[in-house]
Amino acid sequence: MPADSPPSPHEGPGGPLLSLRGISKSFGAVAALTDVDLDVAAGRVVALVGDNGAGKSTLVKILSGVHRPDAGTIGFGAETVAITSPATAQRLGIATVFQDLALCENLNVVENLFLGRELRGLRLDEVGMEVRSRALLGELSAKIPSVRVPVAALSGGQRQTVAIARTLLGDPKVIILDEPTAALGVAQTAEVLNLIERLRERGLGVLMVSHNMADVRAVADTVAVLRLGRNNGVLDAAGTTASQLVAAITGAADNVVSRRAGRDRATADGTESAYGAGAAQQGEAS
Amino acid sequence: MTEPAAVTNPGPRPDDPLSPLGQKPRPAGARDRLRAASGRLRGGDLGLLPVLAGLVVIWVVMQILDPLFLSSANLTNLALESVPVGVIALGVVCVLLVGQIDLSVGSISGLGAAVLAVLFVDRGLPAWLAVAVALALAGLIGWLYAQVHNRIGVPSFVITLGGLLGFLGVQLWILGPKGSINLPFDSGLVTFAQLHFLPPWLAYTLVAAGAVVLYATGAARASERRRAGLAAASRRLLAGRSLALLAGLGAAVWYLNRDRGVGWMFVFFLALVLALHYVLSRTAFGKSMYAVGGNLEAARRAGVNVKAVLTTAFVLCATLACVGGVLSAARLAAANQSSGGGDVNLNAIAAAVIGGTSLFGGRGTAFAALLGVLVIQSISSGLTLLNLDSAYRFMVTGGVLLLAVSLDAVARRSRVSHGRA
Ligand SMILES: Nc1ncnc2c1ncn2[C@@H]1O[C@H](COP(=O)(O)OP(=O)(O)OP(=O)(O)O)[C@@H](O)[C@H]1O
Ligand SMILES: [Mg+2]
Repeated sequence: MPADSPPSPHEGPGGPLLSLRGISKSFGAVAALTDVDLDVAAGRVVALVGDNGAGKSTLVKILSGVHRPDAGTIGFGAETVAITSPATAQRLGIATVFQDLALCENLNVVENLFLGRELRGLRLDEVGMEVRSRALLGELSAKIPSVRVPVAALSGGQRQTVAIARTLLGDPKVIILDEPTAALGVAQTAEVLNLIERLRERGLGVLMVSHNMADVRAVADTVAVLRLGRNNGVLDAAGTTASQLVAAITGAADNVVSRRAGRDRATADGTESAYGAGAAQQGEAS
Repeated sequence: MTEPAAVTNPGPRPDDPLSPLGQKPRPAGARDRLRAASGRLRGGDLGLLPVLAGLVVIWVVMQILDPLFLSSANLTNLALESVPVGVIALGVVCVLLVGQIDLSVGSISGLGAAVLAVLFVDRGLPAWLAVAVALALAGLIGWLYAQVHNRIGVPSFVITLGGLLGFLGVQLWILGPKGSINLPFDSGLVTFAQLHFLPPWLAYTLVAAGAVVLYATGAARASERRRAGLAAASRRLLAGRSLALLAGLGAAVWYLNRDRGVGWMFVFFLALVLALHYVLSRTAFGKSMYAVGGNLEAARRAGVNVKAVLTTAFVLCATLACVGGVLSAARLAAANQSSGGGDVNLNAIAAAVIGGTSLFGGRGTAFAALLGVLVIQSISSGLTLLNLDSAYRFMVTGGVLLLAVSLDAVARRSRVSHGRA
């Protein structure tokens, strides 16, 4: 590791696995990311939060080799790496669930799971792949009619499960999930959160992008906030109230979320908000 | 304070009706297969059915119009005639699968024929070396197309449209002012394409071997799947499939043997089809071709080397086009200025599409080329028997192509509405 790279402030049990320094990325005139730092340690779950367009997915794509950063360095383990392609990211052990899932609709579930890392290239081990797929999907409580149907025939949540299952193949060191639970049902969401906890126990680094504050607070160790493409603080998940989080995300303590939550509480007269767990929490906390 | 998501693991319940993954797999019998197939059909996954139906219709109509059409002699000829365009169509299937197109296959095949003739006849090189040089040149052309596409991002139909004209020019230039070179009739190439037929015993042996291999591989797969606890095809189904193949091909061989029999060139074409089928369906590379054609960005993010896949597809297509050109020159015993010209280009592309390869990418099989070219060649042969000239042939082939493309588009719409896009 180059001597000039600063020590990570959030070293977990295994030290920083992934450390980003000064990452910038623009798309033409749009500066999606400006001078962003981020650390993911082995055995820790980092939640990446921020408003729509804050640059979360862009950061995820840089880590997975889809985009190249305009500036900045990425440290992986003890060395500085250049993630030039998705294949490089895969070789390093970075597995990603993309927000748009990136599945091939004309291929079936097994083919999608093993795309790019098929068992035995010259004579596919179809049985081995199918057995492994079923086990993997079973682990995630996937409700999928058959692993032989094309992905086009699956619902949004089923596809998301397939995309998540795909990251568990191979031997990843860091798993990145871009809104992994956005389309999932209650049981599947719980399953994914369980999975994230298991991954942490296995010593993997997890970076999770989410808009769901309940999910974030349920599994994350630290919460990194992006705002308008810049770092807006790294918070400790346990010691942070929901309203602090919302304030960091929106950039103001007085915002529509807290105002709405306050109004709900006033009308409901102290009873719990009907607007979902997240809003209720924020109301309680403010 | 609401507790965030009380996290408990309900676990997969084997009795859960919504969780068929937990169900114990049953052997898939013929009825299940039939049901699955009809579901696929209604969902717009037409497979080879339309082209098979089309072939039957064309054969019946042609036979009614001219009783010589289904004669052994005509079918023997038809089989041989279809090979050059069929081999080119095989290459077109490859580029269509990855979502690209090569409009210059005709010119490349003509160029291949010209290079072969010049090197073999004028320069006196051994035939194998002349063929090898022609193939290498074609491969280089495919590689160039891929580089222009990958590096500059020009759509392949524009690049290959340029190639269509450019390589026709090279072909004319190579052939020089006399414009036509005859291949000696006693050369191995010409006899391979015109005179060599399988002896009956060998043809029957190959058919029997094919049926045995089909059964053996099917049974091996089924028992491997059963051992792993997966649903597998029943023995009876596999045996039935094998017997059907044995009977069908056996009858075809018997019928062709009443005339000259099965040409070696046709066997060569079948071997190419089977080889491509294996690559597409049983190798990682084949899957990556479908993936690139289905969703290029997803394939890239999955770590597939998309540029390498595209390059291979273009190279394969150009090389197969050249093989087709060489075979066509051998069949004609000449290479001339019109080699690969006329309707060769569109016939090859039409064959791939008529056979069920989607113009939208990511769908199709190697058998599309075989069945598609049989359709095209049957039309052509039938109309020739009826003494109708190329005017009618062009119109009918054009109509059939339009029908096939419409079917592809309708099937795609149906797939979208059935969630199988
Ligand atoms: N491929 C692209 N081309 C041009 N601009 C882009 C591209 N991808 C992202 N952007 C821009 O970069 C900014 C950040 O986008 P990004 O997708 O990273 O946001 P996000 O934080 O993931 O938002 P969301 O919560 O909505 O998913 C946005 O302003 C977006 O318009
Ligand atoms: Mg996003």
